[in-house]
Amino acid sequence: MKQEQLAIYEVFIRSNRGLDHKHVGSLHAESPEHALMYARDCYIRRSEGVSIWVVESTNITASEESDIENFVDPMDDKPYRHATHYVLPDSIKNM
Amino acid sequence: MKYNDTLIDNILYKRIILLLSRFGALSMQVIDKNANKSYEQELANFEQKIADEQKIEPSDWMPEAYRKNVIRQMSQHAHSEIIGMQPEGNWLTRAPSLRRKAILLSKVQDEAGHGLYLYSATETLGINRSEMIAALQSGEAKYAQIFNYPTLTWADVGAIGWLVDGAAIVNQISLQRTSYGPYARSMVRICKEESFHQRQGYEALYAMAHGTPVQKQMAQDALNRIWWPSLMMFGPHDADSAHSSQSMAWKIKRISNDELRQSFIDQSVPQIEVLGLEMPDPEIKWNEERGHYDSGEINWQEFKEVVNGAGPCNYQRIKHHKNAHQEGEWVREAVRSYKEKRAKKQNETAA
Repeated sequence: MKQEQLAIYEVFIRSNRGLDHKHVGSLHAESPEHALMYARDCYIRRSEGVSIWVVESTNITASEESDIENFVDPMDDKPYRHATHYVLPDSIKNM
Repeated sequence: MKYNDTLIDNILYKRIILLLSRFGALSMQVIDKNANKSYEQELANFEQKIADEQKIEPSDWMPEAYRKNVIRQMSQHAHSEIIGMQPEGNWLTRAPSLRRKAILLSKVQDEAGHGLYLYSATETLGINRSEMIAALQSGEAKYAQIFNYPTLTWADVGAIGWLVDGAAIVNQISLQRTSYGPYARSMVRICKEESFHQRQGYEALYAMAHGTPVQKQMAQDALNRIWWPSLMMFGPHDADSAHSSQSMAWKIKRISNDELRQSFIDQSVPQIEVLGLEMPDPEIKWNEERGHYDSGEINWQEFKEVVNGAGPCNYQRIKHHKNAHQEGEWVREAVRSYKEKRAKKQNETAA
């Protein structure tokens, strides 16, 4: 029997208006349109979402977690980027 | 669980579509149930979402006037972030210490990022960034009038962080609840990042106000000059505001200009007291009955003039923006050329 491997699509669901789409999983499909239908049939069977995005996994460019320290400088030497760095008189509330 | 008729209809509908689609009888376009709705139905649907405190998302139907109104407000907000870099940027090379310089640089970088978030979120409404920048440079689009005032001394930089960013935060917190989803989400992100801006400004001004008599005088002078234009940032009185009532009805704006301005005054007066400076407005006085501070009337003539181009720095701000844009052309050219080269290479490998 011939093994067939369809493209993998990543599925993102907006659970409610006003919220971001969130990655929920992936599936196989033969086209983006079908991926959308499969996602509908599979991932929002219980009103989990109001909007779906699908994107072929190979179209995602991702950072390497092992390389994150070289790629993203956490800027720990720049504490002044945080509000807590500034010491204000106690009488100043809620700034 | 209660199923209403529409939900059952919807489920049935989906089942039928699914069956049909399995036989390849339908393409995705045909499944679009909304295609045949009338304008009245769409409008009623839209207004229902607004009434139910639902967000409007990019792919939703919306009245053209809503789209235009949100584009106007969001692009104006984006332009303000970008033009707002200029008055503070002027002090980057003259900051009084390395620490203050690093802080200011970091703040100005944040503003550039906020401009990017907002331009990108505005693009979800079907306008592109080049169009927005062209509108800014032609004067068709506005930005916050406050940035048309000069920064004369180092104390101005502190006063801007404290008052101008403070006023912007008051406004932006209310906009976290705006009805357009991408705008609301960008406000959440921006407010989070903005919290350090106001504190660094207050800290810098506090140092001046507790420094030598000359430094204290500089702090007082900065407060006196920047106070009034900061109050103007909230826009005209509610009764005179051209876009307000429609924006409030569509929940693009959530709190009125005058209410926002009042809460800014109420939060700022005790902060002025802690600085040990004189009030910039002799009419500021606690009103027990209202539970708010009373204050003097704003010079609306000045507001009008600055908005319409006659402020001290309007010409300079736009000229600088145009120059920077032109001088940056080589970067855009390099990006385009890289893109073309890469596409060509990929074609060759594919062939």
